Amino acid sequence: MTLVLEAAAKSALLAFLLLTATAYTVFLERRLLGRFHHRIGPNRVGPWGLLQPLADGIKLLAKEDFMPRAADRVVYLAAPLIVMVAALFAYAVIPFGPPVELFGRRIHLYIANPDAGVLLVLGASSIGVYGLILGGWSSNSKYALLGSLRSAAQVVSYELAWGLSVLSVVLTAGTLRLGGIVEAQRELWFVVKQPLAFVVFFLSALAETNRAPFDLPEAEQELIAGYHTEYGGLKFVMFYIAEYVAIITQSALATLLFFGGWLGPVLPGVVWFLLKTAVFVGVFIWIRATVPRVRYDHLMGLSWKLLIPLALTNLVVTSLFVV
Amino acid sequence: MNRTVRRAMVEGAAILKGLGVTARYLFRRPVTLQYPEQRPRIPPRFKGRHWLTLYEDGDERCVGCELCAIVCPAQAIYVKPAENTPEKRVSKGERYAEEFQINMLRCIFCGFCEEACPTGAIVLGHDFELADYSRQALIYTKEMLTEPYPGASGRDPRREV
Repeated sequence: MTLVLEAAAKSALLAFLLLTATAYTVFLERRLLGRFHHRIGPNRVGPWGLLQPLADGIKLLAKEDFMPRAADRVVYLAAPLIVMVAALFAYAVIPFGPPVELFGRRIHLYIANPDAGVLLVLGASSIGVYGLILGGWSSNSKYALLGSLRSAAQVVSYELAWGLSVLSVVLTAGTLRLGGIVEAQRELWFVVKQPLAFVVFFLSALAETNRAPFDLPEAEQELIAGYHTEYGGLKFVMFYIAEYVAIITQSALATLLFFGGWLGPVLPGVVWFLLKTAVFVGVFIWIRATVPRVRYDHLMGLSWKLLIPLALTNLVVTSLFVV
Repeated sequence: MNRTVRRAMVEGAAILKGLGVTARYLFRRPVTLQYPEQRPRIPPRFKGRHWLTLYEDGDERCVGCELCAIVCPAQAIYVKPAENTPEKRVSKGERYAEEFQINMLRCIFCGFCEEACPTGAIVLGHDFELADYSRQALIYTKEMLTEPYPGASGRDPRREV
């Protein structure tokens, strides 16, 4: 009973923290993009613009809540929910640090620690594709439908390279548990042992999260806003949150799989984990400020002609060394 | 080496170089002007909203010749001239502008009216904050355009033309 209570409390806290973190990731992105572009960025709402996410939230909530007349109502409403829940779900298995003593109890900084933690994260991120496809289809608009197909093709293509690069890490660590993978890096971070896997992982993560230079779902010239063209207000917010949660997820995973997770001197483990994750979020934004959007066939070519063969080769070589 | 791999390496190096450029800008001071608090520096020859200027004795310079309305490429100016009479002298010429309107929504601030004016009556000032809530409010009338006292627009009221 207490275990269930503990899990429920942790889930609620995590959901709250994640949504706040998401809102402030958007703020951080706008401020950082400003500085990268030699300007200031939002600084009017509250001290240093810190209340900007609140203002954005109020604005989005106050927007007209429309629905296309010919839309498939149930699916149309379910799609953003599926995308958001799938994005949040990955956090059930992400460990934030080593266990801590609190109120005389040993508290684990994760909600669940299944044997196949990595597979669960993989699965959760692929469920999100259903939301994209259903959202585009149920809107009953050609633009949204084409946009959703394109996004789905992109996500599926990069999911392959992404999974293969993670597999090399799993092989090196000898476990699918995320906590175990971190512990296996006590001697040496996997970014040193598996540099190729990291490059493939990072590029695929950029494409998976629809970030620049791979933000093709949002090619305004051809498809308006892609799969969420017909969404507005709160339902659009859910797609948006999912996108930013995914960025934090990928940053957290990069930290766990390649940069030693919570391992680090002096500071407590959680702080190290959050620091490393924040740095990755910053790198995502940095790349967005620098690299222009690629063409769609280049996007597909990069995955199928370069990343997947590279990841496969790396996987074969790794397994030869392990066995 | 495989062509795809070689191209990826060349392009990857280029991207890293680009990342270096943006990283440098992260640590520079932004060039942004915090507008309502910090005022922009207006160059002396800036063309802002118009003024109809007065002589030192308070007479209007405009003689209602309509050259500004004729030269205006946006056709934003409307002048209705009237005759000066011994009882009612408004300007120093034979005629004066009974009505003078400029549609600020049409004006392109080219300054041709200023160039065309034979008496130097119409000048472009330095005020650029011209927003308003209705189209009607942006049709400036003679009362709005005439400077409140000689020299208010910044133009020397003793100058001949």
